[in-house]
Amino acid sequence: MPPRQTASWHRVKVRESFAVADQIRRIVLDPPAGPAPQPGSHVDVLVPAAGGGHLVRSYSVVDDGRFAALSLGVRLDPHSRGGSAFMHRLCPGDEVTITAPIQTFGLTPRQSRYVLLAGGIGITPMIGMARKLKADKTDYEIFYAGRNRVDMAFVEELREDHGERVRVRYEDEDGRFDLLEVFGGLTPETELYVCGPVGMLEAAQKAWEATGHPSHLLRFETFGSSGRLPNETFEVVVPKLGLTVTVPPDKSALDALGEAGCEVMSDCLRGECGLCVLPVRVADGVLDHRDVFLSGRQKAQGDQMCLCVSRLSGGSLVLDLP
Amino acid sequence: MFPLNAWYAAAWEQEVGRTLTARTICGRQVVLYRTEGGEVAALADACWHRLVPLSMGRLDGDNVVCGYHGIAYDPRGRCAFMPSQETINPSASVQSFPTVSRYRLVWVWLGDPNLADPAKLPDLHWASDPAWAGGGETLHVDCDYRLVLDNLMDLTHETYLHSNSIGNDAVAETPFSVSHTDDKVVLTRWMLGIEPPPAWDAELKWRFPDYDGPVDRWQIITWQAPSTITIDVGVAKAGTGAPQGDRSQGVTGQVLDMITPETDRSCHYFWLRMRDYNLDDEDYTAAMVRAVHGIFNEDAEMLNAQQKAIEAHPGYDFYNLNIDAGGMWVRRLIDRLVAAEADLVGERALAERG
Repeated sequence: MPPRQTASWHRVKVRESFAVADQIRRIVLDPPAGPAPQPGSHVDVLVPAAGGGHLVRSYSVVDDGRFAALSLGVRLDPHSRGGSAFMHRLCPGDEVTITAPIQTFGLTPRQSRYVLLAGGIGITPMIGMARKLKADKTDYEIFYAGRNRVDMAFVEELREDHGERVRVRYEDEDGRFDLLEVFGGLTPETELYVCGPVGMLEAAQKAWEATGHPSHLLRFETFGSSGRLPNETFEVVVPKLGLTVTVPPDKSALDALGEAGCEVMSDCLRGECGLCVLPVRVADGVLDHRDVFLSGRQKAQGDQMCLCVSRLSGGSLVLDLP
Repeated sequence: MFPLNAWYAAAWEQEVGRTLTARTICGRQVVLYRTEGGEVAALADACWHRLVPLSMGRLDGDNVVCGYHGIAYDPRGRCAFMPSQETINPSASVQSFPTVSRYRLVWVWLGDPNLADPAKLPDLHWASDPAWAGGGETLHVDCDYRLVLDNLMDLTHETYLHSNSIGNDAVAETPFSVSHTDDKVVLTRWMLGIEPPPAWDAELKWRFPDYDGPVDRWQIITWQAPSTITIDVGVAKAGTGAPQGDRSQGVTGQVLDMITPETDRSCHYFWLRMRDYNLDDEDYTAAMVRAVHGIFNEDAEMLNAQQKAIEAHPGYDFYNLNIDAGGMWVRRLIDRLVAAEADLVGERALAERG
């Protein structure tokens, strides 16, 4: 949203932590001093890195009004790079270092209609947004899809709070939402908010365009956290430095390269800013682009990648270090 | 010390066109422009990328293009173009503010946009009513906007500061009454059977050239939250029923004062001086604007000096007198509005976070 806020770090206590779905925990923290979180905001959390030091991970604030505190919803990534595994181990009384809530996915005020489309854990920022839209008496709908019943958190709460305005899809039972049909029935002033895996975002972008909606009315957040393919080990070769680096499933290419002494400039760590994009000379696996910086055309060309989030399905790739 | 959930006058309608106008309002830097469709857009005047003022850029259709790296924003503040990449960063946007054009002015709402209801504009209908004529200008004053409100809510100062034009002893000598609601303060002063001060003598003579007698003079000052003051002023031949509502033997003016905080210690002071006679005479309007310009510059000189004096005397408070009743009600109601806004934020925080 408005220019990036300077992060202010706070040491806060964990109040509660409990499972809300398979592999998803709700973690309730003492709120840091300062204004209440805006709908759609997230906090950055300092998590210990495997080789010492800390990494920064972003988690959306779950703002459903049920906890008088700062509440996060965290899904355990089976290939956690340390972030979600650390978060899932937190117990009441533990201390953790977080930023004050940061707003990068704010609602545009005064649209005539809003549609929120969430995939899996992508529902988390939508909860506060939906609450705000309801409080403002706006016209809104929530489309929430996930792989199956046990995987999906907050379904009952959403139904309770938003009734008919929520549509839920368990993809193993009902299949996917027909986005062409959903978007086709929307007025041209509708604004769409998407938070979910990159695959869902790409499908939504395609359907949004196909149904004649303007691209600037599609807003999204991904955190670059999931791709089309599972995390596998792969190798990155950097001929210029004579380096071959192994990237395990729980580590990003950016981090693995950095640990091996290949320093690449980066910033957002969620596939948005494009600072860590490097040319790929050869790749003998499938590039799983998880960023939103490169266009569809550029991704299809396959000659560059965003090292903070994107991966190879296995095998090795050769990077051109400038 | 100003509420944000309010409409503030940001510019005259003719000031905002197909160029970028930078203006600081309530401490927020805002850039104003008109879209091709004629709507007024108001955006935060700082590029999302590297914070440079967007007002140093240019317009491309309805979009503002940053003058530094070409990042473009639409009238809602959403990024529409980013250089050197094929996508647009999903969080790229600047804040946009609701605007409304009315009463010759562009108004902007800096608080919660969902509360921005045009029905909350102050009543300034004289500015656009064909039964009234007049003109005005903007005065920039280097003082806390509340000092201007104090000034207008206590016209006793006319006797001393404006003795050559609108002031005479009668203003200081005549008692007044003050009433208030939650968002209005009205101060009424009737001066009956007095000798008119020079400016009013001239105005009455336009309608009644041969009249040389005493007049009944009125000043009905209305503050509308948070910072608009309208002053119903006039004189009528003494004893012809003006206090009872018959102003046919007099002339009436409306002084419309729209004071917009710029910073904590400066403000934009938009004013209009309307009249209910000689409606088509533009030279007369120009002469009247010149006259008021002279009077208000006497005020501005005093207010600038007052602000400096306040800053030169830290640790000292005002002593309030009976004549300050109007201004003190205004300040108390402004304090309440600001506190209510803080409570609103506090209550939400409490409800959501404990």
